[in-house]
Amino acid sequence: MKVSMTVNEVAVSHDVEPRTLLVQFLRENLGLTGTHVGCDTSSCGACTLIVNGEAVKSCSLLAAQCEGAEVTTIEGLAASDGTLHRIQEGFREKHGLQCGYCTPGMIMSSVQLLQRNPNPSDQEIRHALEGNFCRCTGYDNIVKAVQWAASQS
Amino acid sequence: MGKMIGEPIKRVEDQRFITGTGEYTDDIVLPRMTHAYILRSHLAHAKIKSVDTTAAKSADGVVAVFTGEDVAHINGIPTGWQVNFTDGEVMREPKHPLLVKDKVLHVGDGVAIVIAESKEQARDAGDLIEVDYEELPVVVDASKALEAGAPMVHDELSDNRAFDWQLGDKAATDAGMAQANHVTKMKIRNQRMIANAIEPRSYIGDYSKARDQYTLYTSSQNPHVIRLLMCAFVLGIPEHKTRVVSKDVGGGFGSKIFHYAEEALVTWASQQIARPVKWTAERSEAFVTDAHGRDHNTTAEMGFDKDGNITALRVHTDANLGAYLSTFAPAIPTYLYGTLLQGQYVTPAIHVTVNGVFTHTTPVDAYRGAGRPEATYLLERLIDTAAAEMGMDPAELRMKNFIPAFDGVDQPGYQTQVALQYDSGDYEATMRKALDVLGYNDLRKEQEEARKQGRHIGIGFSSYIEACGIAPSAVVGSLGARAGLYESANVRVQPTGKVSVHTGSHSHGQGHDTTFAQVAADHLGIALEDIEIIHGDTEQVPFGMGTYGSRSLAVGGSAIVKALDKVKEKGAKVAAHLLEASEQDLEYVDGKWAVKGTDKSISFGEVALASYVPHNFPEGLEPGIEFNSFYDPANFTYPFGTYIAVVEVDVETGTTEIKRFVAVDDVGNVVNPMIVDGQVHGGLAQGIGQALLEGAVYDESGQLTTGTYLDYAMPRADDLPSFEVDRNVTPCPHNPLGVKGCGEAGAIGSTPAIVNAVVDALRPLGIKDLEMPLTPQKVWAAIHNANA
Repeated sequence: MKVSMTVNEVAVSHDVEPRTLLVQFLRENLGLTGTHVGCDTSSCGACTLIVNGEAVKSCSLLAAQCEGAEVTTIEGLAASDGTLHRIQEGFREKHGLQCGYCTPGMIMSSVQLLQRNPNPSDQEIRHALEGNFCRCTGYDNIVKAVQWAASQS
Repeated sequence: MGKMIGEPIKRVEDQRFITGTGEYTDDIVLPRMTHAYILRSHLAHAKIKSVDTTAAKSADGVVAVFTGEDVAHINGIPTGWQVNFTDGEVMREPKHPLLVKDKVLHVGDGVAIVIAESKEQARDAGDLIEVDYEELPVVVDASKALEAGAPMVHDELSDNRAFDWQLGDKAATDAGMAQANHVTKMKIRNQRMIANAIEPRSYIGDYSKARDQYTLYTSSQNPHVIRLLMCAFVLGIPEHKTRVVSKDVGGGFGSKIFHYAEEALVTWASQQIARPVKWTAERSEAFVTDAHGRDHNTTAEMGFDKDGNITALRVHTDANLGAYLSTFAPAIPTYLYGTLLQGQYVTPAIHVTVNGVFTHTTPVDAYRGAGRPEATYLLERLIDTAAAEMGMDPAELRMKNFIPAFDGVDQPGYQTQVALQYDSGDYEATMRKALDVLGYNDLRKEQEEARKQGRHIGIGFSSYIEACGIAPSAVVGSLGARAGLYESANVRVQPTGKVSVHTGSHSHGQGHDTTFAQVAADHLGIALEDIEIIHGDTEQVPFGMGTYGSRSLAVGGSAIVKALDKVKEKGAKVAAHLLEASEQDLEYVDGKWAVKGTDKSISFGEVALASYVPHNFPEGLEPGIEFNSFYDPANFTYPFGTYIAVVEVDVETGTTEIKRFVAVDDVGNVVNPMIVDGQVHGGLAQGIGQALLEGAVYDESGQLTTGTYLDYAMPRADDLPSFEVDRNVTPCPHNPLGVKGCGEAGAIGSTPAIVNAVVDALRPLGIKDLEMPLTPQKVWAAIHNANA
């Protein structure tokens, strides 16, 4: 079946099997491999991205469900001139990543968090990022990264 | 150019990770690439009566299907360490086949591989394979597997042991125990853990028929070792015609050290079908096929004299090795465990015995800390329990027994009762600093006050030591290692003065691109931007033993320093020639060779250019500047520290809240404090995860009942506190950077601190011990039973 959507402000269209997940569509059809897969139970959050303004786990949506949607992935988060989003900067500034695998999903969840709550407390950040596993950092520096980003607004 | 070592430089590798342009193995797409699915046993122990692949072979998109029969002629996965029985019998190493032909030995054992045009087609076809199994009895617990009449894992063996082992002085230990005024005895279970790197294992085999060459892309912590094991021991293919590439790897924590069957399978299969073959684990598959960690059943006794001085330590452990011997499996519950039972204490006599046991479970190997957390856990639980039993303060009892400070330079290293010689240490100093940071005395008062109000606050200590910087080759060779544990480096100075540093260490989150560049920039006095760190490709890096055991900076970094020294040595010859001075009159400052006492100098870049355009060059000196080095450490390194956890337990729900966590480490000199703190944080999270949340559970039939993230509880952001980390510095006396290693410390030290804190909180209720993980249900039940 044919699926069309806008990904990182570019209109895309591909023929896919009906069972194709959004994350597969991005990685395999579009070659956008910045969105990662870390589990098969929608538990890890590595595949989190923004669909129509909402952070979602892209392993839990079929590509077909996103017909006509506006999708932003980690590749589309920085400005077109390469200027990083303040959350991307925050993760670098506060050493909020180590192996980098969970990072795109963690950053996309943080984007949503700051949209909803521009000045979150430590506990609010921890609660909001509960759907994203990080096995490297112990989360402490991720919390600081989000706080740093919040302070840049 | 300022000093670079010791600075919290932001990581240079972050740019690609925060923009989604990292290159993990599953991101790689090769022309004509096929996709593999591996059909796995859903039973823990069963005879394979027949495998019918007819339907699968004719399914849509299927390129090939191979079974255990097809790979029966290929060697099994080898073991890198040999631990023989105490009576001299050679370690038992039953074959670990790439795919099973006759009898599956754990849930997840591979039975067939299906290769198709797409991953979905491979999986669909896998569902069409008919396997007729005859179920056999199962044993999952190491101690039960040793009982008479227990189901056998490998029928050809006389019992389920792979080896037994001992270390220390039995007679002296028996005497020390006999003299003791007080003996604390505990049964300790160190539960099975699953590393769960968030990137699942992923491999691509790519055989080139035109050149008869193999390439394996692998999410591995040590590509050179994988190449050696796969080429020489499994497939029998030429090492010099095989390239192994590990680009960005999404975490390892030990689980990606080992050579896995799927690596050899995709490489072999690629040659069979003359197309690339990719396999990426699904998470539920990773749960039953990534090597697990820990899983010790231990009895431990510590004797004390009337003043609280330790008189002896006796330990026996049944270590679960799983169904087959993974790459480093025999070393973990022996030479990385028994040798650490001295801890930070002057225990005069120690004796440890270990059984390495086969069971119908996933193989067990190194998981962050590997043996050292198990040793630390039992020591620190014993000493905390002993303090309570003897009515002493746990911090004071530790300090009373600490080994006095020694720097390894003016004072000799400390010879332990269990084979090691500690390099340098000041154990009391980290304890005192931790007590200061915590404000210990005030906290004890607060605890008392809280108890009066019916609140249960606990304070738990852990003073750990570990052996890192693994390891001197001759020493480990004498202990059964089948490899050397040196590291290599290559420093290539480019004509423009830019520098490429090739290292055999592998970064999968540790930040080597930054730390190693800081080391090189500092030594050469050039800009960080002028240095590129290259790792993870056997075609580019001379050789490598990889990254594990907190060894990268201590061993790999030292190899880089050795190569940098050679660069400077040759550079000085070129500079002396161009400056028309003698080498003795030169000094190297800020990236320049200068003639002492003059304003004459020549820069590193100028010397580099002259070396590649040698129109005016010292007679007899070869052009170019590029050096290899191999560094074999003189000793292990011994980081240490004291951790203190403060918890509050809600006795109504059994929930533990970590109120504070203070970690004071001494990891020797520090190159990048930001990265070191980050490594400590990550280790703390994993150690706390073991204490409170995580644990692999098998049922009696050998099913892993914790096989998804819904059942295996890894720490999430709101399970953990902000950490209070601090450090002391006792430099390592035997490597050029004075560094000890920081990757595992947090995971080693934090687990007992948390459990000690929870038990401290609940001791007034009569609770003396709890088995990890301390889930609310378990804690609530213990409180309930104590009240009953």
